[in-house]
Amino acid sequence: MTADPVALARSPKRLPLDARSVALRRLIVDALAGGQRGHIGSSLSPLEILRVLYDDVLRHRPEEPGWLLRDRCILSKGHGCLALYAVLADKGYFPEAELKRFCLKGSMLGGHPEHSKVPGVEASTGALGHGLSIGVGMALAARMQRRASRVFVIMGDGEINEGSVWEAALCAGKHRLTTLIAIVDYNKIQSAGTTAEIQDLEPLVDKWRAFGFATAEVDGHDCGALRAVFARIPFEAERPTAIICHTVKGKGIAFAEHDPEWHHKSKVSAELARELYTALEQH
Amino acid sequence: MRITCVNMVYELAKTDERVVFVGSDLSPGLLAGMKRDYPNRYYMEGVTEANVVGMAAGMALDGFIPYVNTIATFITRRCYEQVAVDLCLHDLPVRLIGNGGGLVYAPLGPTHQAIEDIAIMRALPNMTVVAPADAEEMRRFMAVTPDWPHPIYIRLAKGGDEVITRAEHDFAIGRAVVLREAAGGRHGAVLLVGTGVASTRAMHAAELLSADGIACHVLHLPTVKPLDVAALERLARGARLVVTVEEHTVIGGLGSAVTDALVLRMDGRVPRLRRIGIPDVFATDYGSQDSLMEAFSLQPQQIAATIRDALGLTAPSLKAYEGVSG
Repeated sequence: MTADPVALARSPKRLPLDARSVALRRLIVDALAGGQRGHIGSSLSPLEILRVLYDDVLRHRPEEPGWLLRDRCILSKGHGCLALYAVLADKGYFPEAELKRFCLKGSMLGGHPEHSKVPGVEASTGALGHGLSIGVGMALAARMQRRASRVFVIMGDGEINEGSVWEAALCAGKHRLTTLIAIVDYNKIQSAGTTAEIQDLEPLVDKWRAFGFATAEVDGHDCGALRAVFARIPFEAERPTAIICHTVKGKGIAFAEHDPEWHHKSKVSAELARELYTALEQH
Repeated sequence: MRITCVNMVYELAKTDERVVFVGSDLSPGLLAGMKRDYPNRYYMEGVTEANVVGMAAGMALDGFIPYVNTIATFITRRCYEQVAVDLCLHDLPVRLIGNGGGLVYAPLGPTHQAIEDIAIMRALPNMTVVAPADAEEMRRFMAVTPDWPHPIYIRLAKGGDEVITRAEHDFAIGRAVVLREAAGGRHGAVLLVGTGVASTRAMHAAELLSADGIACHVLHLPTVKPLDVAALERLARGARLVVTVEEHTVIGGLGSAVTDALVLRMDGRVPRLRRIGIPDVFATDYGSQDSLMEAFSLQPQQIAATIRDALGLTAPSLKAYEGVSG
């Protein structure tokens, strides 16, 4: 009997991280240690999504961030920027050394990403619930300019509490934006506690379908599964896409996984940074 | 000026492929010509102000110049964070066209009255705030909007507004218009400063005062931000009284902008000031725009009376709502 892919995606049993995922996480810890703060749990859950997008899916040119025909990727949950910064630095948008200046005076890398400062950051985010509308506008712009650019918008599960997300979803459905891909980093934990407790989102897939999206669920840390699901876009004609990525908050740091206390950390000591590096190696 | 404004979007769209119209849930048939001729650049998106502002930002990030139109309260209050972050932080050329600035929607009550829109829009970095006085000025203003690289908030009046500006005034964003300059030199005149259709009321008040032998300048500031400080200072020097007139709360609007500028520029020699506008209250009555204006002492004869009172020329006969300084 074939395993149910949805059940698999929701299963806590997951593949170990490969060397590239561990290496990217080291960059996240580099930045966290440099700035002595950051939304680490929120940055570890979307990392494979960003890795696969930038490695295998997006048409983009790190040496030409403003290339008109590129695909756009908006990290709408801007507090997860450590993951975006790690991937952008790895791809060559800016030097990796900049990561260690995260949040410091004079750095281009703040606690939320800014379009005007960081090459490759498509929109300044941090205030939640803005990215999908901006993505709708970009997808419509591409349609008006007859460009094939696609627009990927990564949102957090806490973020989609915002009503503006659902205004944007209505709009995307109305315009049948097949080039718009909404991605939910569904780690089931928001700042104050579990999403089930704070603001339950279920049935989440049904909600996106009801707003006119074609949907899929995937293990958000399984790079092969992510590649496969992105390769199928658009899933249906005349519909935007929503991909619910089941993820683990704090993924890769055993003592931080599934723990709301690791949503954000400040006053990160050198000793704690060493523990984080060690935990990554032991994963 | 409302119809002129949106019709100008259509006119601009004919020659500029960057121009896009985005409405929320406006009158059926609005801009039917643009919808017919440029359906790909005409959007009517429903009652989703946060979304339309973010969507406009996304379009502007990719080279378009969206003109977003809905009722002024909703395009400012409802989606303030989107305006601040998506438009102003990114410094994008999106134009927000707010219907019914001030007390236009008097019969509909305070939910629809944009009494603090200028204050909250001018508080945002990179935002430009423009309130033309009439349809002719609106036409000249809209013609220069495609090349302005920043977000603009455009405050509309009711429509059918008296035309007080002239072609020779031309229009440049950030430039004041001298509607009236007292004959025989500047010293000792009263300077009335207005924006939007309040400048028309200021003009009529100046006519009443002039008939009494009180010399008046009238300075129209269609652009509240950036403010034409040089023009303001030129007429304010030597004025015995500066009076701001606005269909807006006295907190944070034109009166505040003028006061700030004069305090900063005139180094302790600030002339006496009166700020005439809507007091720090929501309207408690319905009726017409005119009846609310009267309740707030914003009719020309009431403005003139407030000024006579400030000059000590008559006993106060009308209760004026005013912010007082100097």
